[in-house]
Amino acid sequence: MTPILEVTRVRKTFGGVVANRDVSLSVPEGKIYGLIGPNGSGKTTLFSSIVGTHPIDSGSIKFRGEEVSRLRVPQIARLGLLRTFQQTRIYGKMTCVQNLLISVPPAALSWRSMLARPSAAETKKAEDLLQFVGLHAKRHLRAGDLSFGQQKLLELAMALMSEPRMLLLDEPTAGINPTLINDLIDRLRRINAELGITLLVIEHNMRVVMGLAQYIYCLAHGELLAEGEPAAVKSDKRVIEAYLGAH
Amino acid sequence: MKRSILRAAVLAFLIAFPALLPAWRTQMSYLVIMIVFSLTWDLLGGQMGYNSFGNVLFFGIGMYVCAVVQRDAHFSYPATLALGIAAGAAAAVAVAAILGSGILGLRGHYFAIGTLGLGIAAGELAAGWDFVGGGGGMVPPQYPGALGGRETFFYYLAAALAVATFFTLRWLYGGRFGLAVNAIRDDEDKAEAMGLWTTRYKTAAWCVSAFFLGIGGAIVGNVSGFIDPRETAFAGSTYGVWMVLMAILGGKGTLWGPVLGAVIFHITKELFWTYLLDWQQVALGFLIVVIVIFFPVGILGWAREKWPEKFGHRVEEAKPAEASG
Amino acid sequence: MENLRLLFDAPILTVQLLLDGILIGAIFALAAYGMMLVWGVLNIINVAQGELVMLGGYVAFFLFKAGINPLFGVPVAAALLFVVGWLLYRVVIFRIVDKDLFISILATFGLSILIQQLAKVAFSPDVRTPQAGFGTISMFGGAVTVTWIKIISFAAALTTGGVLVWFLRGTRMGQAIRATAQNARAARVMGIDTDRVYAWTFGVNAAICGASGALVAMTYLVDPYIGLPYTIRSFMIVIVAGLGNISAVLATAIGLGAAENISAFLFGAEYQIAFVYGLLVVILISRRIVLARQRRYLA
Ligand SMILES: Nc1ncnc2c1ncn2[C@@H]1O[C@H](COP(=O)(O)OP(=O)(O)OP(=O)(O)O)[C@@H](O)[C@H]1O
Ligand SMILES: [Mg+2]
Repeated sequence: MTPILEVTRVRKTFGGVVANRDVSLSVPEGKIYGLIGPNGSGKTTLFSSIVGTHPIDSGSIKFRGEEVSRLRVPQIARLGLLRTFQQTRIYGKMTCVQNLLISVPPAALSWRSMLARPSAAETKKAEDLLQFVGLHAKRHLRAGDLSFGQQKLLELAMALMSEPRMLLLDEPTAGINPTLINDLIDRLRRINAELGITLLVIEHNMRVVMGLAQYIYCLAHGELLAEGEPAAVKSDKRVIEAYLGAH
Repeated sequence: MKRSILRAAVLAFLIAFPALLPAWRTQMSYLVIMIVFSLTWDLLGGQMGYNSFGNVLFFGIGMYVCAVVQRDAHFSYPATLALGIAAGAAAAVAVAAILGSGILGLRGHYFAIGTLGLGIAAGELAAGWDFVGGGGGMVPPQYPGALGGRETFFYYLAAALAVATFFTLRWLYGGRFGLAVNAIRDDEDKAEAMGLWTTRYKTAAWCVSAFFLGIGGAIVGNVSGFIDPRETAFAGSTYGVWMVLMAILGGKGTLWGPVLGAVIFHITKELFWTYLLDWQQVALGFLIVVIVIFFPVGILGWAREKWPEKFGHRVEEAKPAEASG
Repeated sequence: MENLRLLFDAPILTVQLLLDGILIGAIFALAAYGMMLVWGVLNIINVAQGELVMLGGYVAFFLFKAGINPLFGVPVAAALLFVVGWLLYRVVIFRIVDKDLFISILATFGLSILIQQLAKVAFSPDVRTPQAGFGTISMFGGAVTVTWIKIISFAAALTTGGVLVWFLRGTRMGQAIRATAQNARAARVMGIDTDRVYAWTFGVNAAICGASGALVAMTYLVDPYIGLPYTIRSFMIVIVAGLGNISAVLATAIGLGAAENISAFLFGAEYQIAFVYGLLVVILISRRIVLARQRRYLA
């Protein structure tokens, strides 16, 4: 089976800093993969390269067999590849429901739909998703007034509203109350299993990523350090050293 | 309920106005046009977060195109007027679409500066183009009806335009269009990352603005009875600045704010303007600086922050009973 | 388009136009460099930039009226405008430094109207042409003539630019300004008083605008309305040249000066301002297309 996402020898530099040095990874359709690495190892940079936030220096990025490394952000998003942000991004002055209602799948955003009202089905779906992430009681609050953790959940719901094929999640558990983390892991699994969305998850919480991901890539200093099943990566000497060395 | 009474009262007042205060019809025509100015500016400036310093361009285009049609098309007066207004609106929208798909792909400040000179450049071009009378301007054809009928007629046209603008925008804001332009205002990068066709929405918004401004220009050309390229049509230093000020004063990003701002500004201006003489424009610049720095949310924005519940903003969580539904 | 044919038939005319353009271009570069400085350090696009140029022009005019050679207006305008810029910062600009773009653009837009209209009330809307009173020189047997004042202005503009570069590289405040431009937070951590840096930056910007205004008034004219085109020109030059590149600013400014002169000849001088705005729109749009292809944004 061809992978849904295939990153080949991607290199990205900021001035003198090499944030990604010839990184290659591939994610098969329907799986949950993890991306770990110490702070500043280039994980977020790689996400940004994949979704088209900045140009890459060299390498290739294929999504469902199509080269996307020269496309721009909205074009890639419309192919069904979305990311959430480490520093959450939501529409702060709009309510939670509105945040979801404008996140409908791009295919529903034809010229004509510009004048349309949100349909009953869309409103229902928005409310269901808010229920799903546990923000239903806050659905009419301004999104900007939510806490950081709640905004992360809202952003996740927005991404789901858009029915992507693949989601890149940048530290989904950051800011989430530890007692709720298990819930969240459970939800992410359901997203993957029930909605069939392929996930690539950046995560610092080892317990989470080991439990969630089926396969893990580890970056250090911008380079791919190790990859493999969770158990193998966990016991990989280089990974342990990288984490210890970074602190 | 209270709102619909308010709306009905406003409508009744607008309809009865020429009978109530006939001497003020022309004044009132300008007042309702001010409302069109600030509402259309706010569509971009307030709802979408895109400053446009060049909206007066569409107003001038509508005015000139209508006047040219009225001059050159030889049908009855009402027919040429209707044709002129339609052509004016169409031309304004066309220019907005062409310019917009180019410079609206740019972000905030590039767009703002990109529009900075539009009105003035158009004024210079019009002043040098003999086909539209050059620097000498144009005179729209005489209104054929009874003496005094002109004022009433164009007052009603202007009032109808303001009402149409208001309700169209209200309707647009209530749907996906409104959500999209608000999303662009709040975080355009996020909107793009979600796959929204942002340039499309931005251009559409500008075209809506241009449509109403084009019609407004066509009407004002006839109300004023004389078109000067720089003073009436592409009047960047008066209308162009006023629209920004009025929208911010009333509360940008709200529906009634620009209306309120336009009414307050116009009445204050008419009361005190003449006393200011040469200092009028100085006061204008001063007001903009002061309002933008010290009162950027405007009157309605301030009220909304003070009494959020009255403006349909909930600050409390929904009740559990409601939540389960 | 008989003028177009003239350009080809008489290449000497082209030389004349280009020469005039190059000479005025150096003056544009000054205001543009100031805008770049403010943009880079304070993160504000100063819409009132051109009004500072206009004020500088009036300094030269009033010196001229008082019987002093307006050439002295260059240092005097720079000094006076430094004070004006510093005061503007202390009264208005400091309130908008960390605000969003919307506020800073609208506030400086309001300032531009305020200054323009104050100038109109104070100095009357008349066009003023302070004369420095130097002769002209002829080249190519009289086919190309250049007024001395243009050459002197060119030299003065380059000198002002030189002083500016020395200030930024060689003085303590200049280095603090450059450090703040690179990273304001880091500069603050290193003990730089960024508020003072901002005030100085705005003052220095106003000073070079003032100098360029004095030069403009001598070579061309000054009236209360000349500001906006200078703001637009500065903006255009900065986005083409890119932030932080002084020689590119000079080259772009000279190119703009030449392009304007040739267009004024082709289409008529009354369309020169319209040409400037048109060029701005064209540049913005073409930049957008180029950047989109490189997967980058203009933001
Ligand atoms: N826009 C940028 N400009 C310059 N350098 C950058 C930029 N973005 C990232 N970097 C640098 O690239 C490197 C990788 O950063 P990145 O944010 O990708 O790390 P990360 O793995 O996501 O770290 P964290 O776990 O802390 O989120 C860092 O050294 C960072 O300073
Ligand atoms: Mg990161």
